[in-house]
Amino acid sequence: MIYGFLIEVPHLPILNETVRNLFFHVAIWFAMFILLIVSVVYSIKYLKTSNVKMDIIASEFATMGIVFGLLGITTGSVWARFTWGDWWVNDPKLNATTIALLIYMAYFVLRSSIEDAQQKGRISAVYNIFAFAAAVPLIFILPRLTDSLHPGNGGNPGFSSYDLDNNLRTVFYPAVIGWTLLGVWFANLRIRIKKLSLVVDEYQLN
Amino acid sequence: MVTIMNEIWTLVKKEVLLELRLKYALSGMLLYLVSTIFLGYITFSLGKASLNIPTWNVLFWIIMLFVATSSIAKSFIQESKEQLLYYYTIANPQSIIISKIIFNGILMLFLVLTGFIIYILLLGNPVQDIPLFIFNLLLGAIGFSASFTMISSIASKASNSGILMAILGFPIIIPMLLLLIKVSKNAIEGLDRTTAYDEILTLSAIIIIAITTSIILFPYLWRSN
Repeated sequence: MIYGFLIEVPHLPILNETVRNLFFHVAIWFAMFILLIVSVVYSIKYLKTSNVKMDIIASEFATMGIVFGLLGITTGSVWARFTWGDWWVNDPKLNATTIALLIYMAYFVLRSSIEDAQQKGRISAVYNIFAFAAAVPLIFILPRLTDSLHPGNGGNPGFSSYDLDNNLRTVFYPAVIGWTLLGVWFANLRIRIKKLSLVVDEYQLN
Repeated sequence: MVTIMNEIWTLVKKEVLLELRLKYALSGMLLYLVSTIFLGYITFSLGKASLNIPTWNVLFWIIMLFVATSSIAKSFIQESKEQLLYYYTIANPQSIIISKIIFNGILMLFLVLTGFIIYILLLGNPVQDIPLFIFNLLLGAIGFSASFTMISSIASKASNSGILMAILGFPIIIPMLLLLIKVSKNAIEGLDRTTAYDEILTLSAIIIIAITTSIILFPYLWRSN
């Protein structure tokens, strides 16, 4: 992380020092998608096994996915301010991620509106999978069909083609792994708290 | 396979009969459609501002979206627990969801076409390529029914299902709505049909994904009452 602030970066026009944000913004997006995929996998597992622990894991990973999504939007907004000149632009990728965040917030509203634990788990797992299958692929596909200000879309070259030099790579890949592990660690803490409170509840019932 | 086909056919027939007998449901939806379009007509003619073509297009699809949410929402929410329980004992979950999707598709197609006719009567008709526009309406009807039927069955299990229907459904429908608006923009401007080919293909892919996931996931949902 510290290394990300210190190393020599290629000074491109427009981007300049802000290229360091690559280690935050882009890495956070990668981490977010990994967390959300984990959440969907555990939703499928829950439907197969009906084990409440699977549901807890799925929902906590989705929470971390939202947190990372908000972080990604914030860092992206700061970056956009200095490169594109505005905090928020009407860009298909931004719209698509906003849709993704709306979907996952709806997921939590759905969860909170059902009382019974088994039922909550099953219904929200079904929604999680349905939403993921119906909308998330579009977030990857739609922006590529239309023009976007992001690199790699609509005629803009991707980072890797000319400016992601090897120095950047040495930080970027560990940054992706680091952010993902950070997300997994946070999610794990919350999962352990939930599991413990489950045990406490059962103990009190007995 | 044949038995499932028969089951689906019977269930669709049952839905249609039920709809025709409970006249208030269908006439309610038609009235909803007419009053929304009339509201659009009144408010836009108030300021003497003529409706420009992109706004015409977007307003049409927004009205259709709201009609779709409220008419498909009732497909599961209106049925009582005992009624649902009865279906579960006599039919497959797959045939229930497929028959609901087919029936909602027919219902939406009817509502969308009527809506289109009323809409052009009141707000003018800038569409140059009407066959493409109607084909797009057909895709829209199937798409709305494919995504919202499953959402309606999810929302019906939770409390305050009316609000849930909107917040669960809208984010999922946005990509589809964008594609529909794009294709109908092409139809309005009378562009060459090959230019809309990509969008139509993506749209059909989304509809197929929505239908298959509904069929796979519905069995997990149906008994949880």
